Amino acid sequence: MNGFAELLDRLAYEPSRNNKLRLMTDHFHSTPDPERGFALAALTGALSFQHAKPGMIRTLIAERTDPVLFELSYDYVGDLSETVALMWPADPHHRPNATPSLSDVIETLSTLGKAQLPAQLARWLDALDETGRWALLKLLTGGLRIGVSARLAKTAAAALGDKDPNEIEILWPGLAPPYTELFAWLESRADKPVSRDPVPFRPAMLAHAIEDTDFAALDPAAFMAEWKWDGTRVQAVAGVDEDGQPAARLYSRTGEDISKSFPDLLEALRLPGAIDGELLIVRERRVQTFNVLQQRLNRKAVTGKLLQEFPAHIRAYDLLMDGAEDLRDRPFAERRERLEAFIARLGDPRIDISPLVPFESWEELAAARADPASAGAGADAEAVEGIMLKRRDATYVPGRPKGSWWKWKRDPLIVDAVLMYAQRGHGKRSSYYSDYTFGVWTKGESGDELVPVGKAYFGFTDEELHKIDRFVRNHTIERFGPVREVTHDPDEGLVFEVAFEGLQRSTRHKSGLAMRFPRISRLRWDKPPREADRLETLERMLESGASRNGGSPSLAREDGTAAVVE
Amino acid sequence: MHPEDILVPTPSGVCCKPGGFFIDPTRPVDKAVITHGHSDHARAGHGAVLATRETLDMMRLRYGENFAGTTQAVAYGETLNLGGTTVTFHPAGHVLGSAQVAVSCKDMTIVASGDYKDADDPTCAPFELVPCDVFITEATFGLPVFRHGDAADEVAKLLHSVEVFPERAHLVGAYSLGKAQRVIKLIRQAGYDKPVYMHGAMEKITRYYESRGIDLGQLELVRGAKKADMAGTITLCPPSALQDLWARRFPDPVTAFASGWMRVRARARQGGVVLPLVISDHADWNGLTATIAATGASEIWVTHGQEDALVHWAKARGLKARPLAIVGYGDEDESDGTSDGVDIPGGTGEPS
Ligand SMILES: [Zn+2]
Ligand SMILES: [Zn+2]
Repeated sequence: MNGFAELLDRLAYEPSRNNKLRLMTDHFHSTPDPERGFALAALTGALSFQHAKPGMIRTLIAERTDPVLFELSYDYVGDLSETVALMWPADPHHRPNATPSLSDVIETLSTLGKAQLPAQLARWLDALDETGRWALLKLLTGGLRIGVSARLAKTAAAALGDKDPNEIEILWPGLAPPYTELFAWLESRADKPVSRDPVPFRPAMLAHAIEDTDFAALDPAAFMAEWKWDGTRVQAVAGVDEDGQPAARLYSRTGEDISKSFPDLLEALRLPGAIDGELLIVRERRVQTFNVLQQRLNRKAVTGKLLQEFPAHIRAYDLLMDGAEDLRDRPFAERRERLEAFIARLGDPRIDISPLVPFESWEELAAARADPASAGAGADAEAVEGIMLKRRDATYVPGRPKGSWWKWKRDPLIVDAVLMYAQRGHGKRSSYYSDYTFGVWTKGESGDELVPVGKAYFGFTDEELHKIDRFVRNHTIERFGPVREVTHDPDEGLVFEVAFEGLQRSTRHKSGLAMRFPRISRLRWDKPPREADRLETLERMLESGASRNGGSPSLAREDGTAAVVE
Repeated sequence: MHPEDILVPTPSGVCCKPGGFFIDPTRPVDKAVITHGHSDHARAGHGAVLATRETLDMMRLRYGENFAGTTQAVAYGETLNLGGTTVTFHPAGHVLGSAQVAVSCKDMTIVASGDYKDADDPTCAPFELVPCDVFITEATFGLPVFRHGDAADEVAKLLHSVEVFPERAHLVGAYSLGKAQRVIKLIRQAGYDKPVYMHGAMEKITRYYESRGIDLGQLELVRGAKKADMAGTITLCPPSALQDLWARRFPDPVTAFASGWMRVRARARQGGVVLPLVISDHADWNGLTATIAATGASEIWVTHGQEDALVHWAKARGLKARPLAIVGYGDEDESDGTSDGVDIPGGTGEPS
């Protein structure tokens, strides 16, 4: 446990993505199997075991410490696991000879009865030092929060063998902790593990935001355009497993398996292949707004009533696999033809194709973007978020390759920003963290960092407020009186879509910019913070005249949900 | 007799009326007994100063020759008769020259321990336990969450990091008086024999340690070194320099901070520290409580730090205990290079 604990400890303080990678790769390099494999499992969230509840940990510490001293300590430290880790009264001179390894802990937990957990936990805490106890408690309470995504951990493992992390990503669903065959391959001691997963996730291709100045260098004839729908990006995969049984899975764009929530769509995935598309709610052939989709996404229990009231739909953008044939190295124009044929063959009303937007010139496309209703989107225009531009000859490359795909959002005065600080509200909201300071990325001294660009305290529903409040409480990393700083790492944090009326220069903010009338237009639980916007984007908005006063508020995308305004 | 007949706590330090002196006064007085050289305990402008030779030398380094009217060097174990009292100095194990001051009158002994630690420190004389009736203790780390562990393990963490990131510079924030020299010595004891770099502000005091026979190996100043040459090196600097423009002269520095405060994550994060090293020159919770018990004192006076927890602990054991409200310990912010009172953001600024 000690090596793993030290790694977690170091990762928790390290802000830079590159350095986090180095630390993890070093750990995988210097730690034997199966210990490193379990570390990889813990870092990728691949472990499942019964979690320890805070109440149980409080009981354990109460049995062992003076209540006054505990309260003074907890008050000072501010975090339960950390307080317990630091003041657990283990006698350093009578420590058991053996400290539990991470493998011991995980193997024991997999068979341990619920009633035995407290006594076992106490024995482990007795045997570990401060850092070990902290790591164990963080692991057992399910709150690692060290700013490492599953993707980053896999990238670090890949670096061990100079491999492309996407290779691991593709193998991943067929692997299980402690990943000895994976490490053997990475260290060139064995062949590549064979993926037995008939329906794996394939890392998604993403677009860059286009700026007015970019168009001059682009040839309209080299591109195809389609609507960017205001839903959530998914990958729908169907195949046949080893026993010849059909299999299907729905993934979020980060590769999270969300099949359980969409049994209605899984039924529709009958043709082997992999579709990249947008998840939408379609009622009577009308695409519903994002807020309607959000209501389904938020629901935990999938009931018949929910399926009926919120019928899920995929609007297909791209085809990655056609049967067993990998199309990703084909040009987009060819994939698009294959996609059309595929969707036609499938013939399911729940899956249709996102139509192309015909255009000859950028002016024509700009007109379509300004008025999607008359450019083919018809009654669904409300659900159009903008336009996607794709090079006809672009292959499907994971990540965000330069120049292949562009997104041209309909409303320029919208950015995705990351929640950094939250403050208690006033009046009826005084028990909630309802005033939010958010930031965008900029180049800092040690890599990218967030710089605050504004503050908003409305634009969300009461239900959303409760969710944000819970997020704030569970992700507090620092308290300053009524203000809490929350986790805002590239891989962990909460992204807000922020709408605003204009931008102006300001010396009061570190960013040098101030937003006029900012409000939260949407919560992007689905979006990792690293994909939020950058300060450069705001700078360009400012230069291109976003400083306009008054004018029409950018409510085009506001979708009728009542905002909480005091 | 009452303890207060010997020593009276005042807001500016503990006063010995029969002996006619103050201990570590925070304002100028006629006669001061100084426990150690940290700037919040050792101030300039007193009439007469009694302290160990090292403490007097450190005051001279910081304040210049005329820091006091007269000075008297006192050796550990030496007995002084001041008024109707007997005063002896004993090692406090805090920094070089640090002393506990025992004041006896008739059959009662009070020990003013200044700052102390009972952990190993290769750069100063080890803490000596002095049995007494009243023990005046600091409480810088007076909460049970502060248990410092073995400093050698922390230095091992630093050296491991240097191995993992050979192209980066490692900057270790450490208080200039005591902590910096101890960390360098620990680095040497761990077998690291390359030159260790230091910030110019700690040169004088470090050279002084060397002149007192403490071998710190090859030391270099950062001044004039090329950025590229600092890859893979270790540099000691005052904590405030970590956030300074000064730190930009290093290639992608790893910022470490050697302090007992580093035990608590929120503290380390506030300072922007990436590699916290739990190395303290103050006793931790176990050290404080074990020492208090071992002195046999039936009454405890608690000075700077987390007084309430320690007072609660002592009372629960049937001891008389009370906090002393002395203003000015641990909130010094001098940056003349010998001060250790550099402010940590959000902290008390107490040297640690
Ligand atoms: Zn001191
Ligand atoms: Zn002090």
